[in-house]
Amino acid sequence: MDISISVNGEPWVLSVEPNDVLLDVLRSRVGVKSPKIGCERGDCGTCTILLDGRTVRSCLVLAVEADRHEITTVEGIGRDGLTALQRSLWELNAFQCGFCAPGIVLAAAELLEENPHPSREEVQEAIGGNLCRCTGYEPIIEAVLAAAASWKEDR
Amino acid sequence: MTIAQEFEYRRPETLEEALEMLAAAEGDVRLLAGGTDLVPWLRDGMIAPDLVVDIKGVEGLGEIAEDGETVSFGALVTFDDVLRSRLVADRLPMVREMAGRVGSVGIRHRATVVGNICSAVPSCDAGPVLLVYGASVHVAGPDGSREVPIDDWFLGPKRTALGPGEIVTGVSLRVPAGRHGGAYVRLSRYAGEDLAQASVAVTAMEEDRYRVAFGAVAPTPVRAAHLEACLNGRPPTADRADRAADLVADTISPITDMRASKEYRLRMSRVMLKRGLAAAVARRDGGGPAYGTSLM
Repeated sequence: MDISISVNGEPWVLSVEPNDVLLDVLRSRVGVKSPKIGCERGDCGTCTILLDGRTVRSCLVLAVEADRHEITTVEGIGRDGLTALQRSLWELNAFQCGFCAPGIVLAAAELLEENPHPSREEVQEAIGGNLCRCTGYEPIIEAVLAAAASWKEDR
Repeated sequence: MTIAQEFEYRRPETLEEALEMLAAAEGDVRLLAGGTDLVPWLRDGMIAPDLVVDIKGVEGLGEIAEDGETVSFGALVTFDDVLRSRLVADRLPMVREMAGRVGSVGIRHRATVVGNICSAVPSCDAGPVLLVYGASVHVAGPDGSREVPIDDWFLGPKRTALGPGEIVTGVSLRVPAGRHGGAYVRLSRYAGEDLAQASVAVTAMEEDRYRVAFGAVAPTPVRAAHLEACLNGRPPTADRADRAADLVADTISPITDMRASKEYRLRMSRVMLKRGLAAAVARRDGGGPAYGTSLM
């Protein structure tokens, strides 16, 4: 069936099968590569996208379910240069391999959008569904907290 | 890995249309709401439906509503909706406490309370909480609507009382009369991903009446009636809590799996019961740890 979706502000009309998964369609058909293929069962968070502004696991969404909805990925939020959050993660060298980074950027951005001055526990909760196997999370949490101060003024 | 099997997908806009689709369908049909269980099951080949009916477009299933002493949750209410609801925070704070334990933020944006009890995995977080609130499951079907008491809902792992052609439209919970407190205690290896290794829901009401239910330690979530009888009508002293804890082994039947051994589950269920009971009593009496505070 045909679906109409918006990906990072661009309209797309795609013909998909009911068993096509949104993550696969985004990567192979739309060419958006920041959502990564990880566990493919909703555990690791590396396929995180924003669906109508909310983080979801794109590995758990059928492409047909996204019909008439808006999708945003890291490619979309960094269009006008790095956000304050991304800059903070970069400057504080918060990631190592970077595989989890797109998902964590979206999860943390969603948190800061709603709660510009989160506690450490709130940051941990927000990114708790995004696995990082390199860093032990500490530098990521520090960078999100550091970004929080400048978030509203600078984004 | 993509989903290998093929199926038809349809998206009704009204309940009547959805019921007609189910009635006309041949072969296995699955209802889709949040998809956080259904999509992995499709991928793993654990289910092989001929038709998937996506009910997210069905009108009127997305509300959390209050009617006297009843709070109802439509079939499309997500755990995130529960966390954001002022009504739930005010009237049923333990339901909010439970919702905050489910998966992670991104899962809670999709996963629904009703989906949780329809998937009916033994570790489902909503199960024990709905049991202690004496919930009713609202079911629409070809022959009209019916209500299923939650005590009769869970038939086994992933098996429920939902019949062919039927759709759960919502669940309603009765708010206990008078002062009451509750606690949902959940054991898991880490936040943000893990299913419960064991869970217990406790409510403490006026005149020392109690309700207790366990999750992830039996084929279904289980209400602990004889354990409640041990507690009811007596002050919740440490000795009384110990006696109730001695009944845990007769109430639950945990198994060993990759997430925990049966011995660990049994031992921890005793500990969790006592902590949950103490927190529920303290919260009923106006103190205790804030709802949402981890007791583990």
